[in-house]
Amino acid sequence: MSGSERRDKMAARAEKRAASRAKRAVIARLARYFFRFKFRVLAAFVLMVGSNLFALLGPWLSGRAIDAIAAEGGPDFALVGRLCLWMGLFYLASSAFSYLLSALIIRLSQTIVRSMRQEVFDKILSLPVGALDRVQAGDLINRISYDIDTVNASLSNDVLQAASGVITVIGALIGMIAVSPALLGLFALTLPFSVWITLKRSRSVRPLFRKRSARLAELNGFSEEMLSGLPTIRAYGREGRMIEKFALKNTEAVDAYYRADYLGSLIGPAVNFVNNLGTVLISTGGAFFFLFGLISIGDISAFLLYARRFSGPVNEFANIMGEIQSALAAAERVFRLLDAPSEPADPPGAVLPQGPGQVRFEHVRFSYDGEHPVIRDLSFTAEPGQTVAIVGPTGAGKTTLVNLMMRFYDPQGGAILLDGQDIRTLSRGGLRAAFTMVLQDTWLFEGTVAENIAYGREGATLAEVEAAADAARIGDFVRSLPEGFGTRLTDNGVNFSKGQKQLLTIARAMLSPARLLILDEATSNVDTRTELQIREAMAELMRGRTSFVIAHRLTTVENADLILVVKDGDIVECGRHDELLGQKGFYAELYAAQFE
Amino acid sequence: MRKIFGYLSAFKGRMAVGLSLKILGTFAELVLPLIMAYMLDEVAPAGDAWALGLWGAGMLVCALAALWGNVAANRMASRVARDTTERLRDDLFAKTLRLSAAQTDRATIPSLVSRLSSDTYNVHNMIGMMQRLGVRAPILLIGGVALTFTVDPVLALVLLVTVPVLTAVVALVAGRGIGLYGRLQRSVDAMVRKVRDDYTGIRVIKALSRTGYESRSFAAVNEKVSRDETRAALTMGASGPVMNAVLNVGMAVVLFLGAYRVSDGMAGVGDLTAFTSYFTIILNAVISVGRIFVNLSKGAASAGRIAEILDLPEEMTALPDLPQEEGEPYLRFEHVSFSYGGKAPALRDIDFSLNKGESLGILGATGSGKSTLAALLLRFYDPDEGRILLEGRDLRSFSRQELREKFGVVFQNDFLMAASIGENVDFERDLPEEQLEEAVRAARAEAFVAEHGGFKGKLTARGSNFSGGQKQRLLIARALAGRPEILILDDSSSALDYRTDAMLRRTLTRDLSGTTVVMIAQRISSVRFADRILVLDRGRAEGFGSDVDLMRTCPLYGRIFASQHGGDPEAPEEGARPAEGEGGAGPAGEGGLA
Repeated sequence: MSGSERRDKMAARAEKRAASRAKRAVIARLARYFFRFKFRVLAAFVLMVGSNLFALLGPWLSGRAIDAIAAEGGPDFALVGRLCLWMGLFYLASSAFSYLLSALIIRLSQTIVRSMRQEVFDKILSLPVGALDRVQAGDLINRISYDIDTVNASLSNDVLQAASGVITVIGALIGMIAVSPALLGLFALTLPFSVWITLKRSRSVRPLFRKRSARLAELNGFSEEMLSGLPTIRAYGREGRMIEKFALKNTEAVDAYYRADYLGSLIGPAVNFVNNLGTVLISTGGAFFFLFGLISIGDISAFLLYARRFSGPVNEFANIMGEIQSALAAAERVFRLLDAPSEPADPPGAVLPQGPGQVRFEHVRFSYDGEHPVIRDLSFTAEPGQTVAIVGPTGAGKTTLVNLMMRFYDPQGGAILLDGQDIRTLSRGGLRAAFTMVLQDTWLFEGTVAENIAYGREGATLAEVEAAADAARIGDFVRSLPEGFGTRLTDNGVNFSKGQKQLLTIARAMLSPARLLILDEATSNVDTRTELQIREAMAELMRGRTSFVIAHRLTTVENADLILVVKDGDIVECGRHDELLGQKGFYAELYAAQFE
Repeated sequence: MRKIFGYLSAFKGRMAVGLSLKILGTFAELVLPLIMAYMLDEVAPAGDAWALGLWGAGMLVCALAALWGNVAANRMASRVARDTTERLRDDLFAKTLRLSAAQTDRATIPSLVSRLSSDTYNVHNMIGMMQRLGVRAPILLIGGVALTFTVDPVLALVLLVTVPVLTAVVALVAGRGIGLYGRLQRSVDAMVRKVRDDYTGIRVIKALSRTGYESRSFAAVNEKVSRDETRAALTMGASGPVMNAVLNVGMAVVLFLGAYRVSDGMAGVGDLTAFTSYFTIILNAVISVGRIFVNLSKGAASAGRIAEILDLPEEMTALPDLPQEEGEPYLRFEHVSFSYGGKAPALRDIDFSLNKGESLGILGATGSGKSTLAALLLRFYDPDEGRILLEGRDLRSFSRQELREKFGVVFQNDFLMAASIGENVDFERDLPEEQLEEAVRAARAEAFVAEHGGFKGKLTARGSNFSGGQKQRLLIARALAGRPEILILDDSSSALDYRTDAMLRRTLTRDLSGTTVVMIAQRISSVRFADRILVLDRGRAEGFGSDVDLMRTCPLYGRIFASQHGGDPEAPEEGARPAEGEGGAGPAGEGGLA
């Protein structure tokens, strides 16, 4: 072995050790959830042992009963009756116990899983916005539903199965030894087959199934992509070519499925064969022993039943371990999310902002990734009641300023002052409460119109809600609906147009007593009538508030007290309309291109 | 299901062989306990060790036969399932791509995707399982019961009684379980919606300090999920213990009655042992019958959903016999009206014409019918009333291919594939390389294409490694590469910076003199250059003419100009109309192309 090979091997081994350490940590953490419910765990353990032991008594009793039937001089009916009665009772008790057990475990795991889901959700809410911007909604949803479900299934099923499997295997082994050590020797011949099946499953079959899923996911991804582009494919008449491409991927997918299936379909018959082989060995061997008077038929029957109980869990072993593995991986993903740092806590002595609403940027420097500077050195002052217009092409990073003012992100250098106080010394809740905002994507949730508007201020009365709606020019429309302010906004929001939704968010902002306003003016998707209403509502909202407007209208820009020009995420110019025009810089160019 | 049988019938022979092997193997397994009973009751007491050995070997042969038969049959089944699914899925995909736009709208894209993915998967699963377990379980059940009758009819009756009881348990639990799981799925959906809602609204939630409220409202949804899941799991969890209890108590009864049968000389002790084996076999069979039913009902529902699509009639075929009109302008919309699926009309009485080489701008708000007009021009849909003439020929008289070769299109949010830049521009048309280069140059995409490694440079899914403006330029290059007669650009320069936009417009007006450009936009500055501008408002033409004409004649055009250039939009509006609710009037209209 060369040195580098040895190093590789050692590295691989170290990696393995680290992985198993991580796995142990996950298990320990999961166990902590369980230990909150010590008594229930203890009760579950007692039920599990009881249920399995009762079930294991059955074969022994049935063996005795058969012997009593086969007794010299005819069956001993009294004894047989008693034995059968006991057998029935034990089996019934075993079933009852096992149902109680699963009920207990289901409730226990549901309690645990529910608290886990709540923890994850609360975590999502507490993450810094910057961290949330980097993950996708689908990923979060996967953790909170699919991953936690996997953990749940494993907690309520696999762990139980594994634990009772161990008890059953040990119990059955003891039973077999008690009945006939000689037959056990014969039965042991089937063990290599069981081992083979277990290895085959974990080494060959599972990877093939993973590959199958991967190919299938690829195919599904392809068809989703193609269907999303259906109009384009249609417009260029490219259906035939796409069908050919699909057929190739389809062949790969069904082939991978077949290969997994091909090997997987070996397992069922192989397990049956092992069972049958056991039957063959035990009955033939048993018959021989019986011939020489070494064993009774009752013993053979009892042994057969024990052998069955023994093989069941042994052959399922590989499956259960596989499931537990994937549950651990899922739990790890959940824990990783739970361990992500939350928004840092407010500094001690954080105060609520109070004052007229002056905002000052002092040499602010900021970058999202620490590499590409977005704001290099920005200073300006917005006096109370003034309007600041932020202009620039789409996607230029106009929301960065909003992110900084609301402390969704903190700048790397310089400071932002609200009424003379560094906003980092203010409480986050208080700072954010000092702002009210209307963003471009109108965030409304499933609920009534009144609930959506009242979201702007906890404890708002219906009268206040109606007043806000009127101020936002949407009150009359809402009242014209059959259910008025009780109308539910459905998911796809068919009952409200885009412009009307925007008016609802303006109404929500109206309710807030905040002195500072952040407003996104983008309204180009709305017809002229609604646009007029929106403009009036926005003007009303801006009255008396220090306003930061992501501007799209010339009037807003021209009348603004200060214009910030953003380009490629950078504030390139800053001043009043005529000053900036006079500079003949980017603003002048923009102005010419957009409004000429 | 009939459709699936149609596909399966191609593999009749293979299935028959598989079936026979399966029956053979299963029967070989079933006789094992019978041989055992015979050995214990007849051979062993006779003291014939040789015969015992022989019978033992016989059992081994049976066990091996069972292994071989089942494995061979299972493989045959896998192969049939693979080939059937492959054909079915290919056909479904082909059919899906060839549906008319109206059919696609009705079925909806997400539903078509799930039919292609999860439904074909369910069918694949079902075909495999039906051939394996679907054959095996009934044989075990019926064969097992039949064989016990040959052993001892009286004791077999006990077993026979347990079968309906077990079946009832399985049916009951499965029946209730399906309902309970359906309810669980709905509450999980609600939970997922909550997470998604809060994820998108996190800024608002934080700005309004409502995290506490959100956490409490999630707790309610979470609680409901847990409650539903507990209920479903408790129901499903009952079947195992109940079935075990029934079967084991049945076994105790058999033993007790067996004592009398043995004492009467009607049965041997070995027979009783055989009975205990059959009990286990039958228990397993009943359990798998339960699984088969779940699988079968799922698969049948999926097969139904697949057949729904496959059975859709072919729409929008060409009508070559329509007359050729003489002396017509290049393009003409003749009193065209259209509505999506009989809803409120998306276009009403559109009537205009365009001469060869003239460019057309279409201006209007969202839902005014701009994209619908483009869809009609591409013949994604046929008008409800009126007709569209291209070179004097009704659009419906063109063959699909003939028509599609005339167009280059860029839709709103158009689609880029996870493939190379070259493949995306070429779009499976096998265009010559220099034509692609020319298009990339014309679309002002040369510089960044070179930066990304030329035509071989890769795009990630949805082109997320390119900026919005770059993506639009790639799409425009794709549209230009086919040297189309008509170029349709639907709101496809919105992400370009103003300078690039202006340069592009220059290319379109100067260099593409032979091409009819149709430019759709919400911004007046994007369409002002066009020779003719159509102003749409809620599906009606409010004006048609050049920029200069419209400024004079079309009040809406003036109002849009004023609004977008910051003037007072109210001024030109004569007799302000009452602000009746416009909800729902238009926005649905653009759905077809989204």
